Amino acid sequence: MTGHIRTGTTATRAPWLTLRRREMFEGWLFVSPTVIGFLIFFLGPLIAVIIYSLSEWNLLSQQMTYIGTANYRDALIQNPDFWHVIRNSVIFAAGLVPLNMTLALALALALCRPGRGVVFFRTAFFAPVVTSAVAWAIVWKFLLQGEAGAVNQMLAVIGIDGPNWLREPDWAMAAVIVTRVLKMVGLNMILYIAALQSIPRDYEDAARLEGAGNWQIFRMVTWPLLAPSTLIIMVITTIGSFKVFDHIYLMTGGGPENGTLVLAFYIYEQAFEFFNVGYASALAMIMFAIVLVLALVQIMLRQKGSA
Amino acid sequence: MELTIRQAAIVKKLCWTLALSVVAVPFLFPFLWMISSAFKNANEIFGQPNLIPDVWRWRNFVEVFEYQPFARQYFNSIYIAVLVTGLTLILSSLAGYALARMRFAGAGLLMLFLLSALMVPEEVTIVPNFFLMKWLGAMDTHIPLVLLPVFGPHGVMATFLMRQYFVSLPKELEEAGKMDGLSRLGIWWKIALPMSRPALAAVAIITFLFSWNLFLEPLVFLSSIENFTLPLALSNFTDPYGSPLWHLQLAATSLAVVPILIVYLIAQRQIIESFAMSGVKG
Repeated sequence: MTGHIRTGTTATRAPWLTLRRREMFEGWLFVSPTVIGFLIFFLGPLIAVIIYSLSEWNLLSQQMTYIGTANYRDALIQNPDFWHVIRNSVIFAAGLVPLNMTLALALALALCRPGRGVVFFRTAFFAPVVTSAVAWAIVWKFLLQGEAGAVNQMLAVIGIDGPNWLREPDWAMAAVIVTRVLKMVGLNMILYIAALQSIPRDYEDAARLEGAGNWQIFRMVTWPLLAPSTLIIMVITTIGSFKVFDHIYLMTGGGPENGTLVLAFYIYEQAFEFFNVGYASALAMIMFAIVLVLALVQIMLRQKGSA
Repeated sequence: MELTIRQAAIVKKLCWTLALSVVAVPFLFPFLWMISSAFKNANEIFGQPNLIPDVWRWRNFVEVFEYQPFARQYFNSIYIAVLVTGLTLILSSLAGYALARMRFAGAGLLMLFLLSALMVPEEVTIVPNFFLMKWLGAMDTHIPLVLLPVFGPHGVMATFLMRQYFVSLPKELEEAGKMDGLSRLGIWWKIALPMSRPALAAVAIITFLFSWNLFLEPLVFLSSIENFTLPLALSNFTDPYGSPLWHLQLAATSLAVVPILIVYLIAQRQIIESFAMSGVKG
């Protein structure tokens, strides 16, 4: 990296091309496809969505008029739908995140050590993760039908009269949360298993020598050591829960009575069914803000934790 | 009767297995029910729930292909996923290599920019991308289904996964390659890539599944039935009133899911590890 040694051809042909310059040129050449694509299909659209969100777009005349923050005011103040949607998204996240993480940790604790049957169960719990959300939603919609659904027919066998899961707002929300947890919990289980396996066995052995029981070991040794992983998993899961779309689109279509209309679905509906481009873009920016805040909280907490 | 320690251990083990089996029911049952219902006729599907159909109706699988161009749709999903995976592998390993090994002005800033992309959901940029594709004349084609995953947050995640892996590799072999007169591109192709098989496999697996399972983008960009990809096709088995034709829908869903499950069962270890890699690092 001294700049004196030059490779054969370039040295004679282009004396100005020092190693340093060459490295810089090559570096940008290597990243250029990624960067160009990123600018066109990501950064550009991100800037465009900000402009859209400040405009009124008339699709008939194809004219865009600047209207300031009216779309945001519309969402945050005038339109009661918006807060209903936010409420749904928060309920969805508040139901999904704790359920997902508790189950993931419990399964990880049960399956983190090699043993007979462990591979089978890990494979089973992870199988829905590789299955498409569409297939998972279709099958569960089938299972959760009113009287004819397999779930209710089985409940009937033990004498329980199951509700029409996807047709009653509260039950529908519970159903989409639980089936989504079943779909995704395997991923968090795997992340927790990786975290658990990175904890040295000595800690546990030392605690056991001191006479600590299983619960005490978990409470005093394992859980604190898992804290950084828990934080990351929690943020990933929360952000993911705000992005959920296909699952709800297929299971309930946002219904019944908009009972499962969540933010991602609302954006889709406003943009591609009602063509309220400006309003949908303002919603998209609000979604971006929510995800950004969640991510920043994660980074701050992590720094606080390591300090 | 007192249990010996050995017997107690066996009982405990049995209890654990039993408990885990109960928990596993809602994870596995849907697959079994899906496959069994795929063989039932429209009436039996709503009859008494039984896992083994009374009459095995193989015709469902024929009708799936008669109802819509399912073979075509299946092919669409395969070729798009292969294309997306190939492009992502090449671009993410190129960019990941540069970010890991080459020092060039602006690299730090670029990293920060790319990292920020990981936080932005696809739903945020889908509206402008819709108009971009319309302007490019790419509506109702597969172009957006290839370009958006390759260059969107997923591609960025793949780039970071590759970068992290390249950083962890020893530099000596590459230095030797340099001495032997290999160009940068040669070092990347002949030395760095062969050493990064685990990372490349991880990126390939996650990317293939990501593309295979994509739903929002096909829903927004595709309109003709012969251009549909599998997830969109599966949601499309409905009667004229919009009610699902369950026996066909479940037969089609089985056809879409079972091959993936078989590959998963064969390579479950590799596949699970790939997801762990992307989750921890991405």
